[in-house]
Amino acid sequence: MSSQISGSHATAKVVFYNDPKFRSRFAQFVLLVAIGLFAYFAYENTSENLRKRNIAQGFGFWDVEAGFDISQTLIAYSAASSYGRAFWVGLLNTLLVSLVSIFFATILGFIIGILRLSRNWIVSRLAGVYIEVFRNIPLLLILYFWYGAVLGALPEPRDSLAIPGDIWLNNRGLLVPRPLIAGDILYTVAALGIGILGAYILARFARRRQAETGERLPVGWISTALIFGLPLLVYLGVGTPLGFDFPEKGRFNLTGGLNLAPEFVAMVVGLSTYTSAFIAETIRAGVLAVSKGQTEASQALGLSRGQTLRLVVVPQALRVIVPPLNSEYLSLTKNSSLGVSIGYPDLVNVFTGTVLNQTGQAIEMVSVTMLVYLTFSLLTSAFMNWFNRRVALVER
Amino acid sequence: MVIAAMLRKHSADVYVLPNSAEVGSNWRMGMKKLILAAVISAASFGIATAASAGTLDNVKQKGQVVCGANPGTAGFGVPDQQGNWTGLDVEYCRAIAAAVFNDPTKAKFVPLSSKDRFTALASGEVDVLIRNSTWTMSRETTLGIIWAGINYYDGQGFIVNNKLGVKSAKELNGATICVQQGTTTELNVADYFRANKMEYKVVTFGTSEEALKAYDSGRCDSYTTDRSGLAADRLSMTKPDDHTILPEIISKEPLGPVVRQGDDQWLNLVKWVHNALLISEELGVTKANVDEMMKSENPEIKRLLGVEGKFGESLGLSNAWVVQIVKALGNYGEVFDRNVGPSSPLKLVRGSNALWNQGGLQYAPPIR
Ligand SMILES: N[C@@H](CCC(=O)N[C@@H](CS)C(=O)NCC(=O)O)C(=O)O
Repeated sequence: MSSQISGSHATAKVVFYNDPKFRSRFAQFVLLVAIGLFAYFAYENTSENLRKRNIAQGFGFWDVEAGFDISQTLIAYSAASSYGRAFWVGLLNTLLVSLVSIFFATILGFIIGILRLSRNWIVSRLAGVYIEVFRNIPLLLILYFWYGAVLGALPEPRDSLAIPGDIWLNNRGLLVPRPLIAGDILYTVAALGIGILGAYILARFARRRQAETGERLPVGWISTALIFGLPLLVYLGVGTPLGFDFPEKGRFNLTGGLNLAPEFVAMVVGLSTYTSAFIAETIRAGVLAVSKGQTEASQALGLSRGQTLRLVVVPQALRVIVPPLNSEYLSLTKNSSLGVSIGYPDLVNVFTGTVLNQTGQAIEMVSVTMLVYLTFSLLTSAFMNWFNRRVALVER
Repeated sequence: MVIAAMLRKHSADVYVLPNSAEVGSNWRMGMKKLILAAVISAASFGIATAASAGTLDNVKQKGQVVCGANPGTAGFGVPDQQGNWTGLDVEYCRAIAAAVFNDPTKAKFVPLSSKDRFTALASGEVDVLIRNSTWTMSRETTLGIIWAGINYYDGQGFIVNNKLGVKSAKELNGATICVQQGTTTELNVADYFRANKMEYKVVTFGTSEEALKAYDSGRCDSYTTDRSGLAADRLSMTKPDDHTILPEIISKEPLGPVVRQGDDQWLNLVKWVHNALLISEELGVTKANVDEMMKSENPEIKRLLGVEGKFGESLGLSNAWVVQIVKALGNYGEVFDRNVGPSSPLKLVRGSNALWNQGGLQYAPPIR
């Protein structure tokens, strides 16, 4: 077919500038050059104008001492650190709050979504109310609600609420004992690694065996035992080598221990409750999209209800669920930029806020921040696309 | 050329966008920065830039002067429910309007949070920024802006709740402190604790309203900003009497009006409005006696009030410019007393802000 067309082309001897292939290449080339020139022109003019207005530019500030402190730092940071370091602190805080919130939003969303489908009228209505409430209130207000009305109402440090296990709750956050890593803990970590590896090998073996003999092994139970039980046994075996740093009363607040700041907690709770409402709807849509015939057929084959759900309904529902789930994760990450309104030091708070203000270099900061969010988004999408391909039905 | 002209017009349109700004929500703050980036890129095509264009001509053409104001610090800049603005900084803006238009009401106020203010000024959203802004070297050398004077000499302090029993900032080791972003405050507090080898935890908010709410609800042991600001913020707490401003002054905060660089005529005008307010006080010219004073034989008063010389014209104004200002608002002392002085709710003493010949720092070069 194609050889016929190119053959007829060759015989017609079109002048090169009438050749559609050439034309389209040429047009693309011209467009590319124009865009390139435009970008160059814009860049040159911007920097010329900034110079004229005596506004600083460039990335010289990156190594300059920041001079301000940040409340939550995952890497070592002090006021003597550089602006560049502050950037990484903010970036990691954004990643932390996004990943933790995605984790909880997914679990919560799954539960609410399934409850929404429940045959129990009251349960399904309650789930519906949850979804409508959190979907229809602006996220900023939800954050203010959790931060101001809920966490703000907790008692002062001197009247901290004691939770068994040396855990304290007050309006400065949640204080838990901080695990102190001792050398012997390595055995436990190694056991955990072995457990995970064992579970993986078992899963592969079980799949092959099922394909060959049709027999199914209780993989779930055995894996759980491997992943949790094995490290626990080793931990107890070498004599519980983990120490704890317990919170103690200080002049202003409890000191020591591990402090989860109310800003962080409010962000996680706010982002998770908000996004879980959207995820719940996605889950519901996905499950409803699997035709009833599939369930009936699998029951006719003698699969139990649980097996039907696990082996027939969920794999097909995932196909519908994963793409929109991806965009929920993307918006959650971008929504974490509201952190500054409740004092959570995310990237936008630290970098596009304080650093921008101390250096005054809006263009640089905004460009870098946009690049960071773009990278996050592309990475999330790449991961979800990979996941989507894995769960996609192999159509025959 | 045609393209350049079109783009210039386009950039002018972009300038208009953020003018409708009211109190900024966080989304809009981010938006403003994007707009600035867009404005500067767009403006960059229009070779002639707004910064060098005559701000005074521009103001006269608009029929009003647009001032960047504090969104809510009592005594300095705050709108009431009807949108009527009051405050020391606000009256400075009215003084400029009185000098230019002989009408103090020809002033429009754009509320700007600390972190938006310089961007808004640099991008041309406001003609002049008068909102508790500290004059620092880096701001003047990297932001394309310049101070026209110091209308309030201040310093940073701490406020604490009485029940903590803290009497001095030196006792704040281990405390949690709320601050507002985009301020010198953020840097000074870090310096102070570093220099005194004390530990602290900082919680940084986008606006002072959010930071104050957090402090008031007990999230922080102390809130820190300019001491004048603390006096104002104390009034907005649920129980003002429960809070004390600690005696330590940990920084120099010279606050004053700011303009864009590259327009010396406008810089001069703002600078001399400030000087005229001081000189009027120094020479005893008040809102009540200004008409009397026009008949004065004192050559200094004659020059000040335009009876002699063409000082107003040299600024691009009428020679009666100071008469217009003082008739509308009075002199510096009157403006100070009305807004922040002992008879105002803030009850601040003149202190460093007294005239130079009365033990203070306020000193204006002569009109001559
Ligand atoms: N003078 C300092 C701080 C100025 C400042 O932001 N003051 C606070 C407290 S008085 C304020 O104006 N807050 C009002 C707001 O941004 O909402 C500076 O220029 O950086």
